[in-house]
Parts: sequence; structure tokens; C-alpha cells
Amino acid sequence: MFSGIMANAWIVATMVAVVAGVVGFFTVLRGSAFVAHAVPQAGFAGAAGASLIGASTLAGLGIFAVISALSIGFLGKRGRHDAVTALALVFMLGLGALFLSWSDQYASAIYALLFGEVLGVSSNQVLATAGLGVVSLLAVATLYRPLLLASVMPEVAQARGVGTRRMEMGFLIVVALATTMSVPVVGALLMFSLMIGAPGTARSFTDRPLGALGLSIGLSLTIVWIAIAASYETDWPVGFFVGVLGAVFFVAGRGWVAWQRSGAARQDGDGHPATGPVPLATAKGTSVEPT
Amino acid sequence: MTAVLNGIFEPGLFTSEPVRVAVVVGGAVALVSAVVGVFTVIRGQSFAGHSLGDLGTTGGSAAFLVGANPLWGFITFAIIGAGAMELFGSRRPRGRDMATGIVLGAGLGIAALFLYLGTTQDNTTGATITILFGSMFVLRASMIPVFAVLSVLALAIVALLYRPLLLSAVSQDVASARGVPVRTVGLLYLLAMAVAVSLSCVTIGAILSTAVLIGPAAAALRLTKRPGLAIAWAAVIGLGVTWIGILLAYDSYYWPPTGRGWPVSFFVVALVLVVYLLSDFASHRQARRAGAQAMAARKGLGGAAGGQPEGIRARGAR
Repeated sequence: MFSGIMANAWIVATMVAVVAGVVGFFTVLRGSAFVAHAVPQAGFAGAAGASLIGASTLAGLGIFAVISALSIGFLGKRGRHDAVTALALVFMLGLGALFLSWSDQYASAIYALLFGEVLGVSSNQVLATAGLGVVSLLAVATLYRPLLLASVMPEVAQARGVGTRRMEMGFLIVVALATTMSVPVVGALLMFSLMIGAPGTARSFTDRPLGALGLSIGLSLTIVWIAIAASYETDWPVGFFVGVLGAVFFVAGRGWVAWQRSGAARQDGDGHPATGPVPLATAKGTSVEPT
Repeated sequence: MTAVLNGIFEPGLFTSEPVRVAVVVGGAVALVSAVVGVFTVIRGQSFAGHSLGDLGTTGGSAAFLVGANPLWGFITFAIIGAGAMELFGSRRPRGRDMATGIVLGAGLGIAALFLYLGTTQDNTTGATITILFGSMFVLRASMIPVFAVLSVLALAIVALLYRPLLLSAVSQDVASARGVPVRTVGLLYLLAMAVAVSLSCVTIGAILSTAVLIGPAAAALRLTKRPGLAIAWAAVIGLGVTWIGILLAYDSYYWPPTGRGWPVSFFVVALVLVVYLLSDFASHRQARRAGAQAMAARKGLGGAAGGQPEGIRARGAR
């Protein structure tokens, strides 16, 4: 299970999981799940186009991911963000369909781009993935504080002179980078599941940004490792295990919150569990508050 | 003259049975989606609308696996997905976003499994592509009555919920204060959307489904702020882009690379994007002119402050 081709799979998947955990943390914080879904799929269109003209798939992927991220950011300035994301997504997918109709690629190659082929990763891909992964982690590290502030409290960020627009663009480009890194190896759909499942779960367990970030990475690694092992044993697609595990973990996290809350309510009788030191408390409520 | 007409409407366009079915069913589906989509855009649920389509795809692959009619697979899974989103979701936009993402992630994973099992069983990878991208030219005329009933159902839900839907989209608190059962209305709307999206997914594919749900509605809402008028605009735009898309796809059979035909989905999404950009541009210009006029009226100056309204609009859009 750990030798030969499988060794590459483990290495690449681990790198992808770390980046997905970090980028996903901000995705969930900003409520940008749709963007995280749209950009990888747009990249998929780019990959299809690149394979049509015989160019590097990675380059096509990267260019399309960045273009779609920038156009979402640019158009989102005026229209509704989610509607604009949907439009960018369908346009890119339409382009992808057009490229595919022109090319003689086997359907299985397309299937691999969508659902990933983590068990067939070459050593070259490992290097490219590592390089892009380091770049996106560095970008997040540079933006960390202002991005966090702009995500949780945009008004305060603005008052302190953090450009929320600039942060938005920065974040979108980081998503595009992470996408370019991961789609060739794990596929467009799996990357999305990873970026949402683990961070969404992590937010249920802690209020502190760094704690949630760490937990998000940890959970993301757990999900990926279990998924690869299970996929190796059963021969079923990795994406299936990642998607389902993400949802299972998330539901477990929500269950934990509900249980804690009822415990706290019993203890102090007023129904409001004491919140932690805070910075994230306001944002946390967004995902766990019952109606 | 006839030569020009023949150039635009390739010979055989009006006699071809698949084209006729595509025009009727594609048009109907685009109409229903556009009307339902106006509320999707007003309520900020584009992500849910798109996800329901992808979940329907999961159902489609399940139906493919067991050999059932894909339509029922699409609808069943989309409805289950809508229920799950409502169950996990909270009232706040970010909570809804998260819930949608989780449900979508799980659905896509299951789709991967079904497609894998399906393709290893009969070795027909082409099914993956048809399910994902859909093809308007493979519709069967026998399905039309079922489609009609379901379309009417989706439209009826939206018509019945017209006022509470708008009210709860503007302010959930005001809506609850007025006695609107906000969650029930939200769930019913998700169900209507699930039906509309499944219909469009199974006929025109997952890509176009989102395109006709969001595109015409988003463009219409740039043109007018009045919901009734926006619905009319969206219906017109939806029908227009679909029919022109079909026409171009039919014509494109003679375009390079020859003998292939470009996909309908490409034409429709390209048209949708163009219409949206044009209406966005129009609304922007209008707003700027109105803003400049207001400025001039207030300050007695010429419309020198063109940049100001944009800032206000940008903040208002958040």
C-alpha cells in the first residue's frame, strides 16, 4: 500500500490536504463555498482546452482558474456575488464542453479530471504540486491577519484601512492557485469536498482561529488518508470516500455543538453557553446558530 | 433573400424532429427555470440552485446504474438534497452556504461512486458525459406530458408563495413578525427549485440548468428592480437564449471543425453571459446618469461626481 506508485499518491494527497485545510478554512469563514466549487470546475475547462491544442494541462488549468477567479471578483463588485459566480462557472463549463466536443479525448480522461486520479500520480506531478502548494501557503501566510480580519469583520477591517476588495481578490487568487495545484491529481470535485468538509467541521469544535486552522488541516489529512486507504482496499473512487467522510465529520461536529449547548444550558440555565475568548465568536455563530 | 435565410436557418431545421422537440422542451424548461430563477437570485440561493443540479446528476447516475428512467433519479436526489440543505442550514447566508457545500460534496462523492460502478459494469463511459453535460437533441417526445405536469407544479408553488417568498427574501425578521412561516416557505421554495432544476438537468444537462436558472434572472434583475417585471424579462431572455442557442448549434454543424456540431450548451452559456454583461452595463449607466442628475439637482452643479453613485451601489449590493 505504501510502495511504488502508491508512495507518490500518499505524498501528493498529503500536500493537497494541507493546502485544502488552510485555504478551506478561509473559504468557510468567508462563506465562499460556491467560489471554491466554481474555480476548480473552471480550471477543468482550461485543462480540456489545453489538451485540445496539445499544451500543458497544468498551464491551461492555472490560466482558466485565475481568469475565472478574477472575473468573479471583478463582476462581483456590482452584481450579486453568488449569481456572478454561477455565471462564470457555467460559462467556463460551456467552454469546456465546446473543447471536449472538438477533441478526440477519451471520456475516461475527462472523468479523471473531474473525479481525480490520485492513484496514478507521476514524480513530475509531485514536484509541480509541491511547488504550487508552497506558493499558495506562502500567500496565505502573508495575507493571514488582514484576510482574517476582512473575512470576519469587514467593517472593522475597512475602518482599520484593510482593503476588503484587495483581500477578496487576494483570496480568490489563492483559491485559484490551490486549484491549479490539486485538480490534476485529485480532480475538481474532490478538491471542493476537502475544502469544505474539514474546515466546516473544525469550526464546530473551536472558536480560536489558529486552533480551527490546525484542526482543519488535521481533519483534512485524516479524511484524505482514510479515503486513500479505503480506495486502495475497495477499488472505489477516492472522491466518494472524501465526500462522504467530509459530510459524516460535519454532521458529527454539529452533533457535538448541539450536545455541548444542551449541556451548558442545563448547567447555567439561561441557554447561552459561555463563549470563548472571542475574535471568531461572531463568525462562528454563522454556521452553528439554530434558527 | 432566401439565400440569407437559408444561411441563418439551415435547411431541414424546421422539419427535423429532434430540433422540434428541443425547441419545445428546451423552451418550456428555460421558461420555468427563468421564472423560478428570479427568486433564486433575489434570495441569494444561486449556489443551492446549482448544487441541486449536481445532486440531480448523482440521482441520474444512480438511475443509470439500476436502469431506471433518469428523470426520477434526478428528482428524487434533488429533493433529498433540498431537504438536507434545509436541515443543516441556518438562517444566515454563510450557514446556508456551508450546508449547501457539505450536501454538494457528499452528493458529488456518491456520484463518483455510481458513475464508477456503472462504467465498470457496462463499459460505457459515454454515459458520464451525457449525464454531466446533457444533450438537448436526445429528448424523447413521449416524455413531454410528464415534463409539462412537473413544470406546472414548480410554477404553481412559486405562484402560491409569491408574496411570502419576496418578503422573506427582503427581511426574514419582518416576514416572521408578519406571521410568515419562514422555514416552511424556504423549504417549499427549495423543493420547487429542485423540481425545476431536475427537469432542466435531465433535458439540457447540468451546465445549462444553472445557466438558464441564474443567467436570465440575474440579467433581468439588473434591468429592473420590480419582481413582476423581472419575471417577465427573465422569461423572455430565457426563451431567447435557448432558442438562439439551438439555432446556432444546428447551424454549427457546418462550421469548423466540420461534421461535429458545436454543443448547444456552449452557445446558450455564451449568450447568457453576453446578455448579463449588456444588462449590467445598461443598469450601471442608468444608475450613473440618475446619480449624476440627483447630484446636480441637489448641489446645483454639473454631473461632475460620476464616481460617487458607484461607491454607494457597491455597498448597497453587499
